[in-house]
Amino acid sequence: MSQREVLVCSGTACRSAGALDVHARLAAAIEAAGLADEVILTETGCAGPCARGPIVRILPDDVLYVQVTPEDGEEIVREHLCKGHVVRRLLWSEEEDSPSAIPFFAHQRKSVLAHSGAIDPERIGAYELRGGYTALKRALEAMTPEEIVEEILASGLRGRGGAGFPTGRKWRFTLDAPERPKYVVCNADEGDPGAFMDRALLEGDPHAVIEGMAIAARAIGAERGFIYVRAEYPLAISRLRGALVQARDRGWLGRDVLGTGFDFDIELRIGAGAFVCGEETALLASIEGRRGVPRPRPPFPAQSGLYGRPTLINNVETLANVPVVLRDGAKAYASVGTKSSKGTKVFALAGQIRNTGLVEVPIGTTLRELVFDIGGGVPEGRQLKAIQIGGPSGGCLPADLLDVPIDYESLTEHGAIMGSGGVIVLDDTACMVSVARFFLDFTASESCGKCLPCRVGIPTMRDILVRITEGAGVPEDLDRLQELARLVKSSALCGLGQTAPNPVLTTLRYFEDEYRTHIEDRICPSGVCAALAQTFTIDAEACKACGKCAAVCPTGAAHGTPGELYAIDEDLCVRCGACFMACPFDAVIRGAKS
Amino acid sequence: MTRDAADRIEAYAGRPDQLIRALQLAQDEFGYVSEKTQQRVADALGVSIGRVHGVVTFYHLFRTRPPGRHTIRLCLGTACHVLGADRILAALEEELRISVGETTEDGLFSLEVVRCLGTCSLAPVMMIDEDVHGRLTPEKVRRALRHYAGRRETPR
Repeated sequence: MSQREVLVCSGTACRSAGALDVHARLAAAIEAAGLADEVILTETGCAGPCARGPIVRILPDDVLYVQVTPEDGEEIVREHLCKGHVVRRLLWSEEEDSPSAIPFFAHQRKSVLAHSGAIDPERIGAYELRGGYTALKRALEAMTPEEIVEEILASGLRGRGGAGFPTGRKWRFTLDAPERPKYVVCNADEGDPGAFMDRALLEGDPHAVIEGMAIAARAIGAERGFIYVRAEYPLAISRLRGALVQARDRGWLGRDVLGTGFDFDIELRIGAGAFVCGEETALLASIEGRRGVPRPRPPFPAQSGLYGRPTLINNVETLANVPVVLRDGAKAYASVGTKSSKGTKVFALAGQIRNTGLVEVPIGTTLRELVFDIGGGVPEGRQLKAIQIGGPSGGCLPADLLDVPIDYESLTEHGAIMGSGGVIVLDDTACMVSVARFFLDFTASESCGKCLPCRVGIPTMRDILVRITEGAGVPEDLDRLQELARLVKSSALCGLGQTAPNPVLTTLRYFEDEYRTHIEDRICPSGVCAALAQTFTIDAEACKACGKCAAVCPTGAAHGTPGELYAIDEDLCVRCGACFMACPFDAVIRGAKS
Repeated sequence: MTRDAADRIEAYAGRPDQLIRALQLAQDEFGYVSEKTQQRVADALGVSIGRVHGVVTFYHLFRTRPPGRHTIRLCLGTACHVLGADRILAALEEELRISVGETTEDGLFSLEVVRCLGTCSLAPVMMIDEDVHGRLTPEKVRRALRHYAGRRETPR
């Protein structure tokens, strides 16, 4: 029998679901079965389908087990490893053994995430075995800095952190800057609520980011690099620490790498909890040990960045793409994606969606493929209402835009942004005014306070939204919101303020009716806004006394006798709206609270 | 302050760029950064107390009051928000009888909220110390709190 590998996903989600216990039990059972020499047991980074964790994968059989308990682990050893019988009840679906046949995986294209979930992120040897650091070797031994920058330019790679600026141009500006020394900075301050791509990359494949930074350093002529990672990611920090030590030991970092005269080393800097530090000039201030307050650009960091020196700042996913470009070549890289957006993009799927998790698709994939084919759609019995993409800087797109391709231009055209890749799916239980309010609460509290449009404009908009959700909105509020949004967008100092109005603008654009219902009818259609709780009564003339309302009522408020008449007891009613949805005769009347 | 922590902070003498790191070390040691600690860090690094205080108050993770033995960080990110983080917060406040930013009378738990823990696939989610607890329900919150309350261990 050939040697088997058992991969246990120990990303944060699977850990929380008990992956470490599963790993321990697997290890003990493998030992007890006398298979220790024939089976390699590996803890990996995130494998993707977080909703189904803990995940165990067996290679080369290519069998994926989901929601594995420690007891299941013993069964996997007993049945699969000892006897070669697949444990069917632990498969994703009983019909399919192989992950590649499952829609969640079949519609993906894993390039940046190829290692995450497949190798032990704590062993540099596992990364090297899969071609890791060959791109750096090529960059050092066979390319000039000019050629590296040209290759990145030709690949069409654009920044994955939000704005989508062409990466090669950033590199070009920093290469051309005359001052010395220069710095490379990795922005790992992933603060967008709803985004966890960078976390998974750092936890699952830290060497890809280190290799990307080293290549960038060679290209622009930097000797020092910094990774600025948020403190909220302890596992990512420890994996990075370990990876840096190993990369130095193996000679990929440090003095005279590969005997080419290239000196480069990386320091880790840990954030202290400030969303605005994701903005590049604020991040640099924070590395310098100051308050993370942005400053006007120009000068851009490429001219005057860290300590006033030329600095290249790229985000985690962008840097993880760099070794892929150099390994496969710019031409192969640019063959994936759309005309203006090349390569793949990692998305974090969360919210009211079946398959929450981490996925990677070619840029240009439609929202429909992402949410339905891969994400499995919204939970049973619910309707998709909106897709929030791009976090507090992004927007809410309605269900009728599902066929929009996900690329930088298309999303911007519809009022959202690619952003870092957080996708929150909202079903019909979500209130769009509350969602807009939620984001402005966020940006108002995270505003650094330096510029007036952001410091005052955002809270003013937020207060209007609060008023609307509390039932005190007036029709003029909608115009006021539009006007303020335009002002803040055009005059705020940094990206935080300039994009903060987007959630409001998109909900106004696509869900204006819902705002009007809140303001004019004093009703929150989804029942989220407590102050706009509705009253439910039964129209005696329309009621056919079928009893459907009483059947769905969770509290017994809807009551009556079949064939006679039904009524709703207001004291018992929790205003869930179930009777309203269930009545086939429109006899349940929904009213505003008096 | 232990010798080790003090040494590590002293090692940053004349390195104002390491102010955040020095404060993190101090907070790891004491659980918070008191005015006295801030002064000590200012002296060690050779920066003004005003600058230290400015940094401490700017970043959310610095505390100026002692925390409980266990710190609960409830995520209020988007996914958690739409999946009912408000119910979880209500359950925590009811169970602990404190509000956000406070510490229980017995000093066991501090309650904080954070903007996103980046574990959205587990929403609603909280961290107790360094452990992630996901797919929370009010009942799971109560179970988790009982589990920690029952653990006998020395404070960090």
